[in-house]
Amino acid sequence: MSNQVPIAEGLFTWPADQPALLGSRCRDCGIANFPASTSCMACSGEDVAVEELPTRGTLWTYTVQRFMPKTPYNSGESAESFQPYGVGYLELPGGVRVEGRLTENDPEKLRIGMEMDVIFEPFRVEENGDEVISFFFRPVQ
Amino acid sequence: MDVAIVGIGIHPFGRTPARSGLQQGAYAARLALQDAGVQWKDMQFAFGGSASAGSADALVNELGLTGIPFINVANGCATGGSSLISAYNAIKSGEYDIGLVAGFDKHERGAFNADPKALGIGNWYGEVGMMMTTQFFAMKIQKYMHDYGISNDTLAKVAEKSFINGSKNPNAWRTEPIGVEEIKHSMMVNDPLTKFMFCSPSEGGVALILCRGDKARQFTDSPVYLKAATLKSRRFGSFEVFAPSQALEQVDGPTVDASRAAFEMAGAGPEDMDVMQLQDTEVGAEIMHMAENGFCEHGEQEQLINAGATHIGGSMPVNTDGGCIANGEPIGASGLRQVYENVVQLRGHGGERQVPGDPRLAYTHVYGAPGISAVTILQK
Ligand SMILES: [Zn+2]
Repeated sequence: MSNQVPIAEGLFTWPADQPALLGSRCRDCGIANFPASTSCMACSGEDVAVEELPTRGTLWTYTVQRFMPKTPYNSGESAESFQPYGVGYLELPGGVRVEGRLTENDPEKLRIGMEMDVIFEPFRVEENGDEVISFFFRPVQ
Repeated sequence: MDVAIVGIGIHPFGRTPARSGLQQGAYAARLALQDAGVQWKDMQFAFGGSASAGSADALVNELGLTGIPFINVANGCATGGSSLISAYNAIKSGEYDIGLVAGFDKHERGAFNADPKALGIGNWYGEVGMMMTTQFFAMKIQKYMHDYGISNDTLAKVAEKSFINGSKNPNAWRTEPIGVEEIKHSMMVNDPLTKFMFCSPSEGGVALILCRGDKARQFTDSPVYLKAATLKSRRFGSFEVFAPSQALEQVDGPTVDASRAAFEMAGAGPEDMDVMQLQDTEVGAEIMHMAENGFCEHGEQEQLINAGATHIGGSMPVNTDGGCIANGEPIGASGLRQVYENVVQLRGHGGERQVPGDPRLAYTHVYGAPGISAVTILQK
């Protein structure tokens, strides 16, 4: 069993039985933000609390990335093995719209308004064998 | 106090292996000085910007060490607009009579790669492949097409017009017309945008000489006055590039804010503008910026573009020099290119691409990461 590490600390609960993205919500104006921040972009208040964001939402917009980005892109892929990937904003009810990679890269299978789940899966494997975990949006099956 | 533009200079955009970015900036600066009939030593100040070709103030090494205050400006794609507004305010304050604004750049081929940390975003955002301006533009137009019924054909028609206008501009990079079908079927980059619908990083330089309005006629018979120069950054709730998340409630973006402020400053409205240069990082941006700058209602673009309204002979000529799509985007120079083009148009020196009907008022708009817009209104 390889070791699994989150791509960044504080981005989502990990390890967890039911992992979730971590946002922050302002106690003054109620606005949520992702990733969790120490102040509020809406009102500049500093009284913010971290909370778990919903794990199902609707796709607000999307695109497919057809060429391999330069660094800092770091997926472990080579120019030869690169696979286009979907990117979109998922509207999480009561929270925020979060940008993330989609598990689907066929634009014919994507449409604005479709339901998607937030899932957590290996993104790349480090040289030491660690699996780096990130979040993805997957169409509800 | 009115501020006038009395000299303009440009180094052709595109690829010039023989000249560094700095040399292209100096080339443009010398042309601008010549155009105004002044010497570099007459300049009392300078503002300039370059993203990838060194510090703009190194221009003094090319032009001469005269001791003037030269301030470097860095504001992403809005760098040129930001330099201009700084110079505008310097003269308007009464502190200076005359000065230079310059922008130049020389970028590597391929999409810009931005550093998440420089924008206060975690490195993970770039690692997973979301630190891409092209994705933002694609996602914004995707949503806009869904909401306002804009078709793929209309996207292609915008690029077709850019290449037509570029073919009439001796300083443009892309000078060959490209047809709608070829544009539509070129390589898909970020759905729904194909290769020919995007601008690419390029090279070039632009310089302008600004002076007090009441002294303009000392330098030129055809002064152009800056009736407005505004710059706004994003407010909470606008949908912008490099945003790991955004608010559920949307507000108007910085383009709408900068545009409204400019019209108010100039005491004119969108209907008064005779020619306009709108940020067209890709075709979707031009379409959306038409409405965000107040030139039409959201969703009206398809009909206007089909009717040829945005062509040089149309009712609202947009990007008469081919815009970013035909000129590429040397970041430091790009916003100033728009102003250069408007001065050319107002002087009636547009040649093949001259807007008919003796244009009197001209509009520029640039947009840059991570959500800033700059607008100018020029009047002759
Ligand atoms: Zn708040």
